[in-house]
Amino acid sequence: MNHILVAKEVSKKYGSHIALNNVSLEIPENSIYGLLGPNGAGKTSLIRIINQITYPDSGEVFFNGQALNPEHISMIGYLPEERGLYKSMKVGEQALYLAQLKGLSKDDAKKKLKYWFDKFEIGDWWNKKVQELSKGMAQKVQFIVTVLHEPKLLIFDEPFSGFDPINANMIKDEILELKNNGTSIIFSTHRMESVEELCEYITLIHKSEKILDGSLSSIKKAYKKNIFDVGMQTSNFQEILNELTKRFIILDSHIDAKENQLNFSLQLENLSTQEILTYLASKAPINHFLERIPTVNDIFIQTIESKNSNA
Amino acid sequence: MHKLLLIIKREYLAKVRNKSFVIMTFLSPILMVAMVVLIAFLTKLNDGDKQIIVVLNESDYFGNEFVTTESTSYVNFKNIPLSVAKDSTVNLGFYGLLHIPNASTLEEISEQTFFYTKEAPSTMVLDKLEQIFKNRLEQNRLQELGVSKKEFIEIDKAYAINTATFSGELNIKGFNEIKAFIGGGFGYLIMMFIIIYGGFVMRSVIEEKTSRIIEVIISSVKPFQLMMGKIIGTSLAGITQFVIWIISASILLTVLILVFDVDPASFDTTNQLAKNGMPAATSVSNISEKAMALGAEIYKIPWVMLISFFMVYFLLGYLIYSSIYAAIGAAVDNETDTQQFVFPVILPLMLAIYVGFFSVFNNPHGPIAVAFSLFPLTSPIVMLMRLSSGIGEGGVPVWQVILSITLLIITFIGIVWLAAKIYRVGILMYGKKPSYKELYRWLKY
Repeated sequence: MNHILVAKEVSKKYGSHIALNNVSLEIPENSIYGLLGPNGAGKTSLIRIINQITYPDSGEVFFNGQALNPEHISMIGYLPEERGLYKSMKVGEQALYLAQLKGLSKDDAKKKLKYWFDKFEIGDWWNKKVQELSKGMAQKVQFIVTVLHEPKLLIFDEPFSGFDPINANMIKDEILELKNNGTSIIFSTHRMESVEELCEYITLIHKSEKILDGSLSSIKKAYKKNIFDVGMQTSNFQEILNELTKRFIILDSHIDAKENQLNFSLQLENLSTQEILTYLASKAPINHFLERIPTVNDIFIQTIESKNSNA
Repeated sequence: MHKLLLIIKREYLAKVRNKSFVIMTFLSPILMVAMVVLIAFLTKLNDGDKQIIVVLNESDYFGNEFVTTESTSYVNFKNIPLSVAKDSTVNLGFYGLLHIPNASTLEEISEQTFFYTKEAPSTMVLDKLEQIFKNRLEQNRLQELGVSKKEFIEIDKAYAINTATFSGELNIKGFNEIKAFIGGGFGYLIMMFIIIYGGFVMRSVIEEKTSRIIEVIISSVKPFQLMMGKIIGTSLAGITQFVIWIISASILLTVLILVFDVDPASFDTTNQLAKNGMPAATSVSNISEKAMALGAEIYKIPWVMLISFFMVYFLLGYLIYSSIYAAIGAAVDNETDTQQFVFPVILPLMLAIYVGFFSVFNNPHGPIAVAFSLFPLTSPIVMLMRLSSGIGEGGVPVWQVILSITLLIITFIGIVWLAAKIYRVGILMYGKKPSYKELYRWLKY
């Protein structure tokens, strides 16, 4: 697998404050990579190093196999969390300026801007001043400017903040389309449901250290505890429950007498699902049998809390 | 390089298109001219308020000495008691009453003369009266010595020592001051430019911080490029403004002179001398001769040299100060926090101007003048004041100029390096109220 970005034992200090401590990560090409962590964990420091805004004190970063150098700047697009535009500058002029700073020629930038402005249906904003735009409108312009130069790697820091649900959805679709067109994407956010939806890989950074990384599915697999939620159709609650408790670990149970349903969750140890299902089915009809898969949110909170209690 | 040009262009256009900048550019010359006209008008208005002074002369020594002028007229009272004269002066609303009693000698009379006014009299009026008495006393003493007025005028010829350099060039008195004024003008220009456009650079940095565009830009260009682009773009806007000012001011002045037929020569001091009743006729021709010589000397000022050095000192001085301003802008979150940092920056500039005007004028090559023209933060201003007297013999020694520029270049590199470091850290720092200690720590990041 090719990696668009590899960081090797990157450390960064600000005075006596350690922002990153030996962080290594590998971002596979053409993936959406979630960069997660509590506030102040060091995500922004890492992103700034990738953007060559700051430089690591030690460690190395490779872009597409080469040591990170100024030529890579035009191959990266960055939408920072703290973002804005020149308030008294016209939208079109400003977009042109920012695109040219990324290395596009003026004509090229104009052509591409027209495409994106038409796509977002904001063509008539060209001569408006930024201060006349709403926050969401300005965010759209910023998004366009970020992706305009067709970078190989896009870094989005909280890309959905400031958008209403409809526009957030639109941006999400754009991100997916960019990914389908071959772009690699680093995605930093606190909104776990969008991580769930978009990311294939995640890294969790906490207190300047990487504490977890890998593909989302493998992490989920590692974090699941073989717990199953089961619903059975019966009026014979007590009897069945007693029998089950003798043989399995029943975590919690709930009797719904009105619907004649017994709900419980059990943790499997050695038995396969096949075996337990056969056993359960012999007792009563099964309404549902569902494995409990941890959400990213659960994993996030659980990992951070266990780290904090260890510390 | 291409990116730097883009930044310079944006900064320049952003500044030049700014409404208040445009208004300032075109309004300032008009305001300046309007100010001059207003001052002239007000002065005239002030003078136009004619003061009427009552003279109660009881002596034989004074007769027609009190001549009504533009601003003062005299009314003579005769043969009335002092108390009545006082009352009527007050009743008539006249400015004051001059009472000259009778006595045997002029000295005694002068001793006993009083000038009564409602409030303390203005010095201008007093000067006039005193001058009349002084002239009368002088004339009297001369008479006692048996010297006629005509003889005295011939005796009382002013004398000015001739001065020359060792190479034999004639010096003209007061010319050093004029040279220093020209140098001072350049120095003052540099100071104004630094304070105004340094402030613009600072505000522009703060704007990028508060609008949060900075991180987007910084991911495309180096902070140093952005800082330099900003400084250069803003200074180009400033130069544009200055050029417009100079052109429009000269047009306005020409128009004024043509329309109102103002004769610049009317400002000549000779007219005033003549008014004092002093025999000035003989000196008039002298003075105009001198004025011509002065003009020739001004023409001889090494303008090319002076302007080239102006460019050098201006460039280096401006770059040093505006990078400090950029660093200040980067260190703070809003303009109100800048005070504590801006004051120490303006201080050396003010010092340079004061030292320049007080010390360089008196002694262009004295130790204080030399020291301040070598110290990099004041040298752009002070050295220019000194340089108007030339380089080499009779002027600033060559080694001082070289040393001064060398020190300035070293400081320039050092300060820009330091400022860029603070700038680089500061632009991404929010919500921290910076102290000098904090800035020092940033230098080590």
